[in-house]
Amino acid sequence: MKLEKMITGSRVWRSIVRHGVEPTNRNRVLTVVQNVFLHLHSAKVRRRNLEFSSTYYLGAVSLILFAILVGTGIVLMIYYHPSVPQAYNDMKELKFVVGSGMFLRNMHRWAAHGMVIVVFLHLLRVFYHRAYKPPREFNWVVGIVLLLMTLLLSYTGYLLPWDQLAFWAVSVGTNMVKAVPVLGDRIRYLLLGGNVVGESALLRFYVLHCVILPLALTIGVGVHLWRVRKDGSVAGSSGRKRG
Amino acid sequence: MRKEPSSSQELRKSDDARGMPRRIALVRREAPAQLLEDRSELVTTAPHLLLREVIVFQICVIVLAIVSILFDAPLEGIADPEHTPNPAKAPWYFLGLQELLHYFPPIVAGVLIPGLVVLAIGVMPYFRVNWESTGLYEQPWKKTIALVSGIVAVSVVIFVIFHTWVVLVPTLVIYGLMILPGLPFCPARLRGVLGRVHLADWIMTWFVIVAILLTLTGVFFRGPGWSFVWPWQGGTQ
Repeated sequence: MKLEKMITGSRVWRSIVRHGVEPTNRNRVLTVVQNVFLHLHSAKVRRRNLEFSSTYYLGAVSLILFAILVGTGIVLMIYYHPSVPQAYNDMKELKFVVGSGMFLRNMHRWAAHGMVIVVFLHLLRVFYHRAYKPPREFNWVVGIVLLLMTLLLSYTGYLLPWDQLAFWAVSVGTNMVKAVPVLGDRIRYLLLGGNVVGESALLRFYVLHCVILPLALTIGVGVHLWRVRKDGSVAGSSGRKRG
Repeated sequence: MRKEPSSSQELRKSDDARGMPRRIALVRREAPAQLLEDRSELVTTAPHLLLREVIVFQICVIVLAIVSILFDAPLEGIADPEHTPNPAKAPWYFLGLQELLHYFPPIVAGVLIPGLVVLAIGVMPYFRVNWESTGLYEQPWKKTIALVSGIVAVSVVIFVIFHTWVVLVPTLVIYGLMILPGLPFCPARLRGVLGRVHLADWIMTWFVIVAILLTLTGVFFRGPGWSFVWPWQGGTQ
């Protein structure tokens, strides 16, 4: 207790966290509003909205899964070369050479599948609770964009192991793009850097997967959370209220 | 303050930054219900929400770690453009679309349908009909049912022409449940439950069920040449 007081009372600590640590309401509010990360939250929330059935914490789980994906993804990048056939060999190395490499890849893969499912469930929750009603209608649109980005992230990542599963899944998918009238072939060429799924496609998907899409999604999530606050916090099931 | 400001009462705007703005709330008749003041109990975010977030985070990490220990991510042979697996499948979340591709021409299944679905879901909150809190049968419903019946009839013809049974069956089941409360022989209790369901919920539920069925068919029931197989028959050749 004495040590804790010494630390939290020290000048260094007080230079980082300016408010006191006594459990007063003032300090609890300051904890949130004086922290750049926490202040995406409002200082106070409705107790009703903390109930599990209010949001099922699906938005939170989506963000958590994204954070896990960024974390495991960055470590995976250290062991990965976006080139043919080294990309595939790296998968083998992850399994047989790198310590816990397989565990790392498993975490990334299952979190990715989980994120697609949870983001979709989040959409359903918001829909059935009527939480998209004004003034939240624009945030619903932002959410749809985030869902599409999630799908694209998952899809671009699907190619990176460069095995048969990856190659043909992406071939099937990008062949669908051909059906787009007028621009279909050009969009496909732009995506693949060629007419077939090859080394340039791997590099492009890698850049999309590791840089462009995660950045875009991060910004999008920022906007989404900001709007949640500006539009009056989460709606919970209140949209369903009759009358 | 339900009156619209008339021209004589027009609000005066001032550009003087030092002036104190007066708080004026103009609640119009069509104002959303959210404007009603929420007086339910407030608690501080720290620690009430933050603690819950930490717990959710821990649960996510633990569940993922267990799954990752038990199941390995798949890895097949190295990519080989010369050797096409039969069937070649997209990732599971696109298999609903790939299943549609089996029935409809690519421009319809690959562009038109997904495009319209995204558009419809995206603009949905901007239509008043989707904000309603009264059930389909708690308001004048005959016109709505007639319109929906017309759309369903056209769709059914299309589904039959293209042999899209996996969409046709759930469509008819949901439509049947939807018109049930309007039929004279419907038991009163069932009418009470089904009649409260909103039109938006009917449509969304239909979409979700069709999407799930299409995806499940694509994942588990499609073998060589996209022919129907049972999941235990083994997929690839």
